[in-house]
Amino acid sequence: MSTAIAFLTRRKGGKFWHWTDIVTWVWLIGGLIVMFGPAVWLTFSSFKTPAGLAEFPPSLLPYVTQQVRVEGYEKPLPLFNAKLADGSTRVLAEVRRIGIVSQMVDPKAPGEIIKVRIGDREPVREISFATENYTQPFMQFDFFRYLWNSVFVTVTATLITLIVNSMAAFALSKYEFKGRNAAMLVILATLMVPLSVILVPLYSIISSVGLFNSLWGVILPTVATPTGVFILRQYMLTIPDELIDAARMDKASEWQIYWRIIVPLTAPALAVLAIFSVVWRWNDFLWPLIVLSRRELYTLQVGLSIYSGELNVQWHYILAMTVVTMIPVVLVFIFLQRFITTGIAGSGLK
Amino acid sequence: MGSITLSNIQKSYGAVHVLHDINLAIEEGEFVVFVGPSGCGKSTLLRVIAGLEKVTGGDLKINGTRVNDVSAADRGLAMVFQSYALYPHMTVRQNLAFGLENSGMPKPEIATRIAEAARMLEIDSYMDRRPGQLSGGQRQRVAIGRAIVRRPTAFLLDEPLSNLDAELRVSTRAEIAALHARLKSTMIYVTHDQVEAMTLANRIVVMRAGRIEQVGTPLDLYNEPANRFVAGFIGAPHMNFIEAEVAGSSPDGLTLRAGDGTLIPVALEGTALKTGEAVSLGVRPQHIDLANGDLSSGLAASVRMVEALGSETVIHAETLGQKLLAIVPGQRRLVAGETITLSWKNAPLHLFGADGLRIGTAQPR
Repeated sequence: MSTAIAFLTRRKGGKFWHWTDIVTWVWLIGGLIVMFGPAVWLTFSSFKTPAGLAEFPPSLLPYVTQQVRVEGYEKPLPLFNAKLADGSTRVLAEVRRIGIVSQMVDPKAPGEIIKVRIGDREPVREISFATENYTQPFMQFDFFRYLWNSVFVTVTATLITLIVNSMAAFALSKYEFKGRNAAMLVILATLMVPLSVILVPLYSIISSVGLFNSLWGVILPTVATPTGVFILRQYMLTIPDELIDAARMDKASEWQIYWRIIVPLTAPALAVLAIFSVVWRWNDFLWPLIVLSRRELYTLQVGLSIYSGELNVQWHYILAMTVVTMIPVVLVFIFLQRFITTGIAGSGLK
Repeated sequence: MGSITLSNIQKSYGAVHVLHDINLAIEEGEFVVFVGPSGCGKSTLLRVIAGLEKVTGGDLKINGTRVNDVSAADRGLAMVFQSYALYPHMTVRQNLAFGLENSGMPKPEIATRIAEAARMLEIDSYMDRRPGQLSGGQRQRVAIGRAIVRRPTAFLLDEPLSNLDAELRVSTRAEIAALHARLKSTMIYVTHDQVEAMTLANRIVVMRAGRIEQVGTPLDLYNEPANRFVAGFIGAPHMNFIEAEVAGSSPDGLTLRAGDGTLIPVALEGTALKTGEAVSLGVRPQHIDLANGDLSSGLAASVRMVEALGSETVIHAETLGQKLLAIVPGQRRLVAGETITLSWKNAPLHLFGADGLRIGTAQPR
């Protein structure tokens, strides 16, 4: 522990603060806040009640006003620190509020009503986690159906992505043919076309082949990615051609060369692409929203949009379910970050 | 089984011609070595025979059947690559089995063949390791084993020893020779190391710039090189070449004039050389000896550098207006700058014309 503290408080200036120490600390802590702030705020906010979310000024932690049961009153009453006319402060429970005057009682002596101006009372607050934000959707909202749809789309799309892209990369890296570089360039050039540009034509293709309102309509247009082809091709270029020659001498067919030599040797790059693909497909929102209009086909991300109606947005549920949908991606990053960093370093993109 | 015939083989990549009109007949059971400097096309020729490159022109026959359009897999050949090209994700056993599985061989047969090859190459103890866990020499054996289990018509070996250290290279070389003696299969071996070529080959094919310069047994090539290139390439260190011109001829020989005007009389029968023609006189460093101060029987030379190797002494000398290398047996006490007398009393002198082609072997007179 002491070594950890010694490590964390180590300074270039030794006993004193060198200016680079200050810049480093400010930079790193600033970065930490910028990166983790929103996620932490999201997580804490997901435990707030709707009232807590609407509160101004907003708080980081989920506070609620303490409540107390008072004899003679059916419902629990909220507790306040009230400043009385004589200047003393007491903890009172609010019975009702009329205009700017609050009628309060002492929980210990509930007989007498004390009138306090609302500006003179402060709620007694405690930290409380509104876990019903999480449990309610599981009961009302078709969470498991959406989860299944998301898992199906993610897993299937990732598998097809790996197969299709590795085949393309194999051809583009190991076969000599006219126009090989041109083909690669064209594939890479499609990186410059954003989804919003091809949305309408893509939609008309999908609907004319009858994939509208089908999970396959979500999966198929996404499986061939230029990024994937590029990552895999760059990796396959490093596999020596002599291995392929050796396999040819060993009577391997082209398919066997691909499946038994190239694919196993490309495993590290395939792992990177698999991670990317899982994250992309899991977080996809716009395309599934367009293709899927039947509720039972929604993926999680689209399902979440149910909570934002035209008139009423149920933020507490949206936030809670956002946290839930983040979990798989976070797990992927935690356990496979070694592959991700090598993948980014290896291909020079993210 | 195992004869390979190349007639008028051509290979070009677009406008670049790599192999020109290669004609060669390799007999069954022969150990043929392709040797030549880098970029001479020897590896390309091997890949053409293997079927990994398509020939541009000419006929390639294996056992009398034209195989120009037969794929590498169906030519019945096995190749050992320079980098060994072992499949890194498979164990040694899987590496050996891969080719056999692909040809649909029954499992018991595969196991028998692998066991046999493993015993022959003494690789039994690491059959379940991956190539990454093996040393260079072990990988080399596995690569050869992968070729042996196929029982090929011929073995093609592409510089198989170049990744080994010097000591291992010598012992593996002997093992390959022993293997050839035992298997009696045709082997084609590519190397740029002429010592490997000399020690292993039944016949050596010397190549330069996509052409065959000479084909012959190692001693044929050593004793009667067809041209200056072969003479310079075979034998280490290189043959000395003395540039000279014909100063006069008589029925029993010639008199040559070296660059500095020294006259060198040589005995040579039946020559049509005319006075004034340029020739080069090749003499191997091993054939030059020290004459003990007797100037009448030798050449005066000044020592530039001496390399004492213990068993022999390499003398870098200067004479006849050019550099000359001599290797004399034993240990000699010489210092740079000293004047010595060199003699080639009984040496064969290789005479080459201005076009580089061999004229004949002369004797000093």
